[in-house]
Amino acid sequence: MNHIENKSRIDPELRDEMAKQNIFITSLDFIYNWGRRSSVWPMQFGLACCAIEMIAAAAARYDIARFGAELFRASPRQADLMIVAGTVTKKMTPNVVRLYNQMAEPKYVLAMGACAISGGPFIDGYNVLRGIDRFIPVDVYVPGCPPRPEALLYGLMELQKKIDSQTFTKAEWYQKGLKREFPVPELGPNGLIPKFNPEIWQPREQDARKTRYGQTVLTGKKQKAPRLEPVAVPPPPAA
Amino acid sequence: MDTQISEVKTQLETGLPDVKLRTIGNSILLENPEDLVRAAFFLKEAPAFRLDYLSSITAADYLDYLESVYHLYSMEKKTGPIVLRVRVKREAPRVPSLVPVYRSADLQEREAYDTFGIVYEGHPDLRRLFLWEGFEGYPLRKDYRQEDTDVLEIADIEWLEKHGVNVPEKFKTQARELAAAGKRALSEKPAQPRN
Repeated sequence: MNHIENKSRIDPELRDEMAKQNIFITSLDFIYNWGRRSSVWPMQFGLACCAIEMIAAAAARYDIARFGAELFRASPRQADLMIVAGTVTKKMTPNVVRLYNQMAEPKYVLAMGACAISGGPFIDGYNVLRGIDRFIPVDVYVPGCPPRPEALLYGLMELQKKIDSQTFTKAEWYQKGLKREFPVPELGPNGLIPKFNPEIWQPREQDARKTRYGQTVLTGKKQKAPRLEPVAVPPPPAA
Repeated sequence: MDTQISEVKTQLETGLPDVKLRTIGNSILLENPEDLVRAAFFLKEAPAFRLDYLSSITAADYLDYLESVYHLYSMEKKTGPIVLRVRVKREAPRVPSLVPVYRSADLQEREAYDTFGIVYEGHPDLRRLFLWEGFEGYPLRKDYRQEDTDVLEIADIEWLEKHGVNVPEKFKTQARELAAAGKRALSEKPAQPRN
């Protein structure tokens, strides 16, 4: 991703001279993105154990405030980054999508941890959504189980790079006809309706799990449990 | 066999002579599920045991029958666990509720009802706990087949079109083929053992 540099064609000596008179010259894109990236407001919500690492990243030791993202807001209306921290269950999915829809533009999503990315270790669960990117677009994926706070900070730095690379005049949230509200799925008799939103995510042509294991679901062989009662063994016949 | 289990067994047999029971490993199986509340109340009140804490209720699917398993501890005597089991038919699994004896049975019985479909008779509020009302089937039973979440079905297509989402043609044909064959998109064959 390209950073927008703070460059201008003005003579450096003249610029320094102007700076002494409290006149600063920069490009609009630079200062706009600098302001946005230096005060990312994440939404305060966690779904599972990844949230604990997110809290650790926000606390004194790892200190996400160094990157200007310390203000966790409890309302989606006031947040511009959604950190999906943890397993998204099918029951929780409508609420997560609704929260995303309620966020104001520009909005970003960071999928934290294996579960939020793909379902992770619980991918075969009957109530687990296989990745939040089935319903909302994700900007940064931070893998790990759970990712360490450093990894989350790195993910935030990558997001800042993305913010830096956007141009004021071409920003998609100023374009006409931008659709960034997605239909909220419903809870059906066997799972979610719909199972995914094809405008955002589509299953891959080649399923890596299927090629490797021969099947997409690894539930283990369903077999009879061993009998716990000892079977009476008849005594050997006397010779 | 554990000495405590054999002691519990003899005490139960003398205290409640009409309750049929036998031991399986380190646990006690009550032959008739109807005796469960009486036996639990006896063990809770008996001065020799005082099993006053119900730590967990779990269920198990043995294909021929379902089992409801109870782990009892004594906070007073610092002993436990004593394991009680009852077995019920898969078709109409009904077990008396232990909520009148142990309040801690409340949510755990709801969980067992949610995932195994065991009906706890006398439970004050037997609803689904982790899943939602309207979910069909009991997902931890061994005959439960999960849906294939990578294939859209007719209901999904209709829902998406109602909400103004463009669905690519390949998903539509796939859904139509499934519906024509009268099939649901289920997860693949029950998996082979991992090695």
